[in-house]
Parts: sequence; C-alpha cells; structure tokens
Amino acid sequence: MIEKALKGGPKYWSWIFFLLLIIGAGFTVYINQLQEGLTITGLSRDVSWGFYIAQFTYLVGLAASGVMIVLPYYFHHYKKFKGMVIMGEFMAIAAVVMCLGFIIVDIGQPQRMLNIIFHPTPNSILFWDMIVLNGYLLLNVVIGWTCLESERQRVKPPKWVKSLAYTSIVWAFSIHTVTAFLYSGLPGRHYWLTAILAARFLASAFCAGPAILLLVVFITRKVTGYDPGKSAIGTLAKIITYAMLVNVFFFLLEIFTAFYSNIPGHMHSIAYLFVGSHGHHELVPWMWTATALAFISLAMLVPPKFRDNQKMLPWALVMLVIATWIDKGLALLIGGLTPNPFNEITTYWPTGKELMISMMVYALGALVLTILYKIATDIKRDLGELTESD
Amino acid sequence: MKQSRRNFLKFAGLSAAGLCLAPTAAALASGGGGAGKAHAVVNAKTLHAKRWAMVVDTRKLNTEEAIETLAEVCHHIHNVPTIPGKQEVKWLWEGTYAETFPEQENNFPSEDLEKRRFPLLCNHCENPSCVRVCPTKATFKRADGIVAMDYHRCIGCRYCMAACPYGSRSFNFMDPRPFMDMDKINKKFPTRMRGVVEKCNFCVERLAIGEMPACVEKSSGAITFGDLQDPDSSVRKVLRENFTIRRKPAVGTEPGVYYII
Ligand code: SF4
Ligand code: SF4
Ligand code: SF4
Repeated sequence: MIEKALKGGPKYWSWIFFLLLIIGAGFTVYINQLQEGLTITGLSRDVSWGFYIAQFTYLVGLAASGVMIVLPYYFHHYKKFKGMVIMGEFMAIAAVVMCLGFIIVDIGQPQRMLNIIFHPTPNSILFWDMIVLNGYLLLNVVIGWTCLESERQRVKPPKWVKSLAYTSIVWAFSIHTVTAFLYSGLPGRHYWLTAILAARFLASAFCAGPAILLLVVFITRKVTGYDPGKSAIGTLAKIITYAMLVNVFFFLLEIFTAFYSNIPGHMHSIAYLFVGSHGHHELVPWMWTATALAFISLAMLVPPKFRDNQKMLPWALVMLVIATWIDKGLALLIGGLTPNPFNEITTYWPTGKELMISMMVYALGALVLTILYKIATDIKRDLGELTESD
Repeated sequence: MKQSRRNFLKFAGLSAAGLCLAPTAAALASGGGGAGKAHAVVNAKTLHAKRWAMVVDTRKLNTEEAIETLAEVCHHIHNVPTIPGKQEVKWLWEGTYAETFPEQENNFPSEDLEKRRFPLLCNHCENPSCVRVCPTKATFKRADGIVAMDYHRCIGCRYCMAACPYGSRSFNFMDPRPFMDMDKINKKFPTRMRGVVEKCNFCVERLAIGEMPACVEKSSGAITFGDLQDPDSSVRKVLRENFTIRRKPAVGTEPGVYYII
C-alpha cells in the first residue's frame, strides 16, 4: 500500500517538500543542540523541564483521543464512525511518533537512551510511560494497517483485530494516565500533586484530541473530497463539547481546593499563572487568553444550532485547541516548576532554537500523518467510498 | 542480571585497589620504602556506617562568607564548574531561612534568625524521591544511606530534578570543563560531561579513604557527621542535646541533614 504515498499531484509534493524543509532546518538546529547541549534552551536549574516535555504531554492527549471514535465504534457499534476509525488510528500513530520525538530531543545524553531498556526500573514512572507509549504505537500500526489492507482486499478484517482493538481502547486510557502519574507522584510540586490530574489529562485529551482530528478531517475533506459523513462529525462535536465541559469543571475543582483551603503552596502556582507573583507576570496574559477562548468556544459548542453550523464549528474548535494547548502545552509545566523549591521564581521562556527543534518534531508528525492519510484516502477512492452515506 | 554492571564495577574497583596495594605490601615486606598509592579506592581506613547523617549547627555557621568558604572547598575538590546564570551547577550553597524552610516561615522572626544564612546541600534522604523516579538507576541509594550517582549511566532526562523537593540537583546544560581552571582541577576526582545530572555525594570518595567530608572538616566543628544508627555516635550525641529541624518534613523524604537552630 505504501506505493500510494509515492504518487500524487504537485500540491501533494509541494506540501511534502515544505515539511521536509522544516524538518531539515530543525535538524540543523538539533545538531547544534547535540554539540552545545541543552544550554541552547531557556531551561534552567529551577525550570528543568520545559517546552519539549510540555509538547510531549499535549500530544499524548492527541494520541489517546482516538479512543473517542474507536470506543463508540467497537463497544456501541456506532457504525457512522466507520470512516473515521482509520483516521483516528493514523492520527494516534503520528501523535505517538511526535511524543517519542519530543522525548528524544529533551534528553541530555540521547546516545544512552536505551539505558531505560537495559536497566529496567519498575519504580520509575518514566519506564512505564516508555512501555505504554511504544505499546500503543505498535497496537495502532498493526490494527490500522490490517484494517486498511483488508478493506482494500474487500475482505473482513481478521478476528484477532477486534481483540486488539479492545485492548487498544483500554491502552489509550493507560497512556494518558501513566503520563499524568509522571507528574502527580512528585512530592513538593503542588500544582501537579493532585489526584485529579490523570482525570484532567483525560478530559482535556478527549476534547482537544478529537477537535484537532476534526480540523484535520475538514482539511482532508477539502483536499481529497473524503467525507466521513455529517452525522459522524456531529456526534464527534458533541463528544468534544461534553469533554470540554468536564475539563473546565475539573480545573475549577482545583481552584476551589487551592483557594478555599487557603494553603499557600497550593495557591502559589495558580496565583503565579493568573495574577503573577513576586513581580513576575509572564504567563498572566496567556492564562487569561486561554480562559477567554475556553469560554467562547463553549458558548459556540453548547447550543446545538451553533454546533451544527459547519461554518462556525471549525472556529470553535480552533479556539478550544488554543485554550487547551496553553493550559497543557505551556502552563502545566511552567506552573508546576514555578515557584521553585525555595519559593522563588525563575522565569522560563522557550528560545528560538527550542522552537525550531519543536517545529521539526511537529513537521515530522505532519509528514507521517500526511503519508498515512494519503494512503487511506487513495484506498477509499479506489473503493468508491469517498463519501459516507448519511 | 540487573546489578551485574555495578557489581562488575565494584569488583573491578576492588581488584584495581588490590593491584595497587599488592606491590606496596610486597615492597614493605621486602623492606623497601613503598610509596602509598594516591588512587586506592578502598583501604583499611575506610569509614563505615549503617546510615550516614549530618548535623549543621547554624548558631556557629550562619554567614554567607563562612558558607561560601565551605562551598569553595567542596566545589574545588569535586571539580564543580563555576557557571554564571540560571544554568549553574552547585553542590553546596547558602540560603535564607525562608528559602531553606519555605513552609515553616514565621511572620515575626527574631532578628538573629532573619540575618542567618543556612548551608544547603543534598539531604541524602531516607526515602529519596530522586531514586524513586530515576529510570536507569543512575541515582541509587547505598547501604550506608548515601544517595549516589553513576554519571556514566545518567541519560539526562532530569526527572530527578523535578522530583527532588529540595532543589539539590544540577544539570550540566553545557560542557562544564571550560568553566573550570584546568590547571587547578583535582586530578583524583573525575570531571563531568554535558548532559548529566550531579549533586553532593557526601564525599564518598573521602570516606573511602578514612577522611571526613570536606565541608565537615572545614567547618571548625560546626558540622557533625556520623552514623545515625549508632546511639553512641557523634551525630546522635548532638541530636540528643539540641533542638534540630529538617527541611520540608511534610514531603516524607526523611532528610539525613539536620539543622540546629
Ligand atoms: S535531597 Fe533531593 S537529591 Fe538529595 S536525596 Fe533527597 S530527594 Fe534526592
Ligand atoms: S537525569 Fe539521570 S539521574 Fe536523573 S533521573 Fe534521569 S537518568 Fe536518573
Ligand atoms: S558532603 Fe562533601 S560533597 Fe557534600 S557538600 Fe559537603 S563537601 Fe560537598
């Protein structure tokens, strides 16, 4: 099937070359990082994790979100999602590839990376995160590829795929839960030290992930004419709305616990993020932007007549994605490490080089996604299934 | 299996020590004056304890300058680079009461306490969260309670830095060697490379040859070091006779560094 990725019009190829260009540019900066060390980043002794790990965290959510399609399809036999299942699975593959990419660029001694496997350490959550992420990648590659291949051969997918699909549903929850445990099990980091963190991660994954997927589906529809069907889109939009409501609710629970209890450690990070502290206000405008966008997107998603309007929906989704990205792809990490263990504030902001390397990883994900979607849509076209009947 | 590499290193170290000592013994036996080997890893003078611990008397040691002197000695013998800015590396440094005991602040502290500075270093915790999170066992706890590091195994993931509630760890964001005076480095202690984490090691290399940690030696009696499990040890005696506190008791790591206030 891979040959489908090698045939395409000039638009397809210019997009591919554009991505390769970004990857190439980012890679030269990464070479520079390998030579100089992580000193080229804005990280410090106090804020020792930053943009890379934050993107990793955000993208784990994107990977896990495929389950919002796979679950209704397999568990509730919601057949309308048939056309979307493969999109969700391929999106998960691209997302996990980016997650692994961000981990690799964040490590100080990448050539020793396999030490995690040579010296397995079950007491480290990072060890388990490595297991679940790679396992999830494998599951999605096998399931996605086999389903597509059998569709192309016009046969039913083999039986074992179904049991793998059920496994992947449970597994999807595990990847984001384990990633939350990376943070929530650390003493002295109040912003992360909350039992609801895993639940918050899942809630934000289940709104942001499908939102990104829907946006990608809209683009795919424009470019290839592949339409997963109006009711599939409508149902997914509903799922996104509920997940976002839960996500916002969970965050408000954190605010209540911190401020009603009045415990300084619990309030400090949140105060730093939203109003600034010790004269540092770097993240304040970002947090209020996120808050505003979250509420506007909800106002556009909750009433059915706005949500079903396909002209408005993409805008609401874009706002939702930006809001959740600021919350999880920026503030979660910085807020967790600020203030530092001495109750002082060390500011962190990603450097240009850090952003270039991050662009490389994102472009790599986009490349993987483009190729996979190209194959999938070409096969659907061959089968004459470009439009789902509603 | 898992431990084999470390065991091998230990074995290699011991055999190397044996090789170093053997000719000396032979030389002594033959009556010639054999010179002692500088690199002996383990010898008869090695100090042992069930659980090493430190008590800092902040009534005697509390000025920026005094703590700076200790830090200089520590950083010199361990080849700790002097890097300006927030990507610095430090094993021993100083902080105010509020920085040292952040959640035990008092709104009206005594003038004396307000002025005091406190030495800060790795606490060699009983339940070290840095060991708990390390995915490669590059950070590990020794039988004598010292939390040690294998710099050659560390992958630089910095998980331990996020996990340490005391900010005791430093990462080599850049190659540390240009930030050291290479003419004055301590040749008996390795320098580090970029991309690995490091911290105070309770001077294990000195204990191995029968010497007290450098900061303890330099403190003119203000820091006591000894075996916490031995009721007759020096640290237990000071702990018995003084009121002491430890940093961040709420996080449950059980620090091995005590402060007399
Ligand atoms: S002070 Fe920090 S680095 Fe030292 S043992 Fe305790 S947790 Fe680990
Ligand atoms: S940075 Fe090194 S010592 Fe710290 S957790 Fe990672 S591998 Fe272990
Ligand atoms: S115990 Fe040794 S390594 Fe630790 S601070 Fe003192 S001199 Fe430095």
